[in-house]
Amino acid sequence: MKTTFSRLKPSARTLAIVPPYAWLVAFLLVPFLLVLKISFADLQFGIPPYTPLIHLEDGIAKLDLHWRGYQMLFSDSLYLATYLNSLKMAAVTTAWCILIGYPVAYYVARSSPGTRNVLLLGVILPFWTSQLLRVYAWVGILRNDGLLNQLLMTLGLTHTPVEIYRTDLAVYIGMIYAYLPFFILPLYANLVKMDLRLLEAAYDLGARPWSAFWRITVPLSMPGVISGAMLVFIPCVGEYVIPEMLGGANTLMMGRVMWNEFFNNADWPMASAVTIVMVLLLLVPLALFQYYQVRNQEREAGR
Amino acid sequence: MNGPNKTLRFVALALGYGFLYVPIFCLVAFSFNQSAVLTSWSGFSLRWYTSLLHDDALLSAALLSFKIALLAATAATIVGTWAGYVLARMRRFRGFALYVGMLSAPLVIPEVVLGISLLLLFVEMRGTLGWPEKNGLLTIWVGHVILCMSYVAVIIQARVRDLDRSLEEAALDLGATPLKVFFAITLPLIAPSLLSGWLLSFTLSLDDVVTSSFLSGPGASTLPMEVFSRVRLGLKPEVNALATLFILAVGIFVVVANRLQWRKEKSAS
Repeated sequence: MKTTFSRLKPSARTLAIVPPYAWLVAFLLVPFLLVLKISFADLQFGIPPYTPLIHLEDGIAKLDLHWRGYQMLFSDSLYLATYLNSLKMAAVTTAWCILIGYPVAYYVARSSPGTRNVLLLGVILPFWTSQLLRVYAWVGILRNDGLLNQLLMTLGLTHTPVEIYRTDLAVYIGMIYAYLPFFILPLYANLVKMDLRLLEAAYDLGARPWSAFWRITVPLSMPGVISGAMLVFIPCVGEYVIPEMLGGANTLMMGRVMWNEFFNNADWPMASAVTIVMVLLLLVPLALFQYYQVRNQEREAGR
Repeated sequence: MNGPNKTLRFVALALGYGFLYVPIFCLVAFSFNQSAVLTSWSGFSLRWYTSLLHDDALLSAALLSFKIALLAATAATIVGTWAGYVLARMRRFRGFALYVGMLSAPLVIPEVVLGISLLLLFVEMRGTLGWPEKNGLLTIWVGHVILCMSYVAVIIQARVRDLDRSLEEAALDLGATPLKVFFAITLPLIAPSLLSGWLLSFTLSLDDVVTSSFLSGPGASTLPMEVFSRVRLGLKPEVNALATLFILAVGIFVVVANRLQWRKEKSAS
């Protein structure tokens, strides 16, 4: 393949590749391997608050692996419940984002250029606004004396306030709200590039609008749906801020458990083990995301 | 005709945009409420805006956040542009899949993972190298650069890929060195993407709670950390005022940027 740099000696090309590669290895890959290492350490008093993995005994290096963190993770049913609950909450959030976001992305992409620009702006604006503050907006709405309950009681739909704030439902609402733009934007980018002549051809051949939608638009938009869904699902599994702000004490989520182990219990090996299991659970969705990223790269490069 | 169904279209868009905007409107409206009770209206007042001006903890946190955001956005733009250019132009080198993986990981991985792993790195480095001495601005900065550079790389590689190669090739044929071509031709052509990458990094850095919490040290509280520590326990009227100012700034900015781009696209077509 002909690139600007192919006219150079390979060493110059290498010089261009190495710095960003090294930066990523140093500050992304190595730190992650450290988490893996410390997840096998044991708690100790001092700085750092974990035991070294390798220690010298009579001049011989000995490997000192501790499984305490992992043993606790798999023997305590609370941890298991937390994993399952995190995955469930992320999955439900993703499903709702698809349900609300797909029609929005679809109709925005099919609007006339002027309208499309304004509508797109409406999705980009929340994307650029602080997520923390947008989630905070729900506190005033969902509380027992909040705006939603006031509305429901004025309408006579309920006499006692519906308890939403500090429940799982509030966390769902907050997560769907916070991550919806992350689903809509990649899907929109996919839908707007679709070749509409394919639909015209289908209509010419006698397809009804619904069947053309299901058999042409939906399959063609799948890469957009999957990248959008992964951009929602993966961060949601480890979400900390939203369950902390809107959830109750019994809203079990991994990000929260890990945070508590780290900051409240100062148990770094345990927090590392929770992190490692979280990443292992996310391996399949991460691989899926990665696959579509690389495939996208290859296809765009082939253009 | 393949025109979309009007009613369905209206319902879908009204639901979607209503959901996105009703909470924001409530937040803004109650920032002008007179009483501290943020759920019932008791008259118009600007008192929360004035109390914002005297809130020293919030102001010093804001100053630190702006400092970090400026530094992080600038560094993330440089590293991210470099990384994105490599991604777009230098394919099929050994370890390319790992490169794409590392570069796209910060877009998705939960922030708690990023936070704890970088903290452990700094703790180990302190143990072996004696540096960095303490957590604070520098460590948060590194975290934010890692967090933001992926977004910049994605924006840049898309732009680089759409570039017309003929200009760069002409310059090469005329004897310019590749480095010169990059700075004299490629960089000016992708300048608008650099700007949007910088701005996105700036807002991401300014909004980050989790990574900062792991990487901050004593006395180095950023604005989102300060806000979060206040609102995790409930409603705080001064935060509503702060949020309104924030939304206003972002809103004006996004609309102006969009208008400019729209006019440019129109005159181009």
